Amino acid sequence: MLLLRRLLVTLVLLAAVALGGFYLLTDPRLVSPAPEVGALPAPDIENGKVLFAAGGCASCHATPGQDDRTRLGGGLALASAFGTFHAPNISPHTRDGIGNWGIQDFVDAMAAGVGRQGEHLYPAFPYTSYRLMPPKALADLFAYIRTLPPVEGRAPAHELRFPFNIRRLVGGWKLLFFEGGSFRPDPARSEAWNRGAYLVNGPGHCAECHSSRNGFGAIVPATRFAGGPDPEGKGFVPNITQDEADGLGKWSKEEIAELLKTGFTPSFDSVGGPMAEVVRNMAQLSDADRAAMAEYLKSLPAVATPPRPQAK
Amino acid sequence: MIRTAFVLAGLGLGLAATMAQADPIAERQQLMKGVGRATREGAAMAKGDAAFDAAKAQGIFKTYADAAKTMPTLFPETSRTGGETTAAPKIWEDQAGFKAAFAKFEADAGAGAGVTDLAGFRAAFGAATKNCGACHEVYRVKR
Repeated sequence: MLLLRRLLVTLVLLAAVALGGFYLLTDPRLVSPAPEVGALPAPDIENGKVLFAAGGCASCHATPGQDDRTRLGGGLALASAFGTFHAPNISPHTRDGIGNWGIQDFVDAMAAGVGRQGEHLYPAFPYTSYRLMPPKALADLFAYIRTLPPVEGRAPAHELRFPFNIRRLVGGWKLLFFEGGSFRPDPARSEAWNRGAYLVNGPGHCAECHSSRNGFGAIVPATRFAGGPDPEGKGFVPNITQDEADGLGKWSKEEIAELLKTGFTPSFDSVGGPMAEVVRNMAQLSDADRAAMAEYLKSLPAVATPPRPQAK
Repeated sequence: MIRTAFVLAGLGLGLAATMAQADPIAERQQLMKGVGRATREGAAMAKGDAAFDAAKAQGIFKTYADAAKTMPTLFPETSRTGGETTAAPKIWEDQAGFKAAFAKFEADAGAGAGVTDLAGFRAAFGAATKNCGACHEVYRVKR
């Protein structure tokens, strides 16, 4: 009897420790501390506009069904294996958008995937890439977004299956798969290469689609840039490493920059699906920025395309 | 006699139509490759990498217009999948929009049918090739 009671007490204690540990380990601020903003110079709104285009913010956050890419009312539905995500309103509307946010709130979201209530954000929002933007760049972007029209109305809540609807679990996901920190230039490389690496990996978040993901929806590092099934389940996203067979191995830098500007491949095929929208965004960058992205992409080692799932 | 001839002619037409439809996926891919070749030629002229040639320029728009006319007929229900097609299901869900997109492409190509100078060509070529990405965005999946 005494033994049984001891066993019971031990079990309860263990469960409490495990729960406490889980709670502590998945605490948003603990798992993913955001960089401190500190004192920053006056924001450069023009740079913010460039980052807004490079980041493709409007592609998910612009209100669907209208042409104005600066009306960020949200609402676009993103289908996934976990359920449907709805991009939120990020217009400067004080009630429904981010009009009440301070710069630290914005940095928390972009660099650490933490929302204003201190909650985890789902990585369907690619903070896994955006975190490479340093606070100064994020402040520029934030300042630009604040010049855009406030849009009323909120997007519907995400419709996720159990257990993915438990936000705390994103803390565990972050422990396993999220790496924080701003972009660190490689001094051994040229300025253009570093600019390209920053644009491709940071705001451009190219790898978010041009890679394969594991069962938890995290990018499999070995397939980074090597292509993979479209996360939304429509087709296959091409390999953009230097693979000769189906990557960019045979493309010149000029041809890559051309695609980013006009959407035409070297054989004058025109890219479709969501890449058409990406091209509209990239077309707003300078020729120098597109050339820098090409410079970086040409330096990626060739990786064979992961096997395609069986056609249904 | 006349009736037999009609029937035979009808059969012949039917046969020709069937043959044309034998492999619509391969056929539409070939047609699109032709459009790509024309665009390559056009881009070279528009950028000044090749000399402007009015006959060639008009030929490009004719290739576009012909393709725009034929393309919508090459997507029968039976060709949704197979042959590494990148056709999106949306084509069959929204036939009206799909056909309207080609009608617009044909009209934009028609606007360039009589170009005689480089400036006119650039304008018409730019307008016509806007259709490529716009249509692929909706009616094509990633390869």
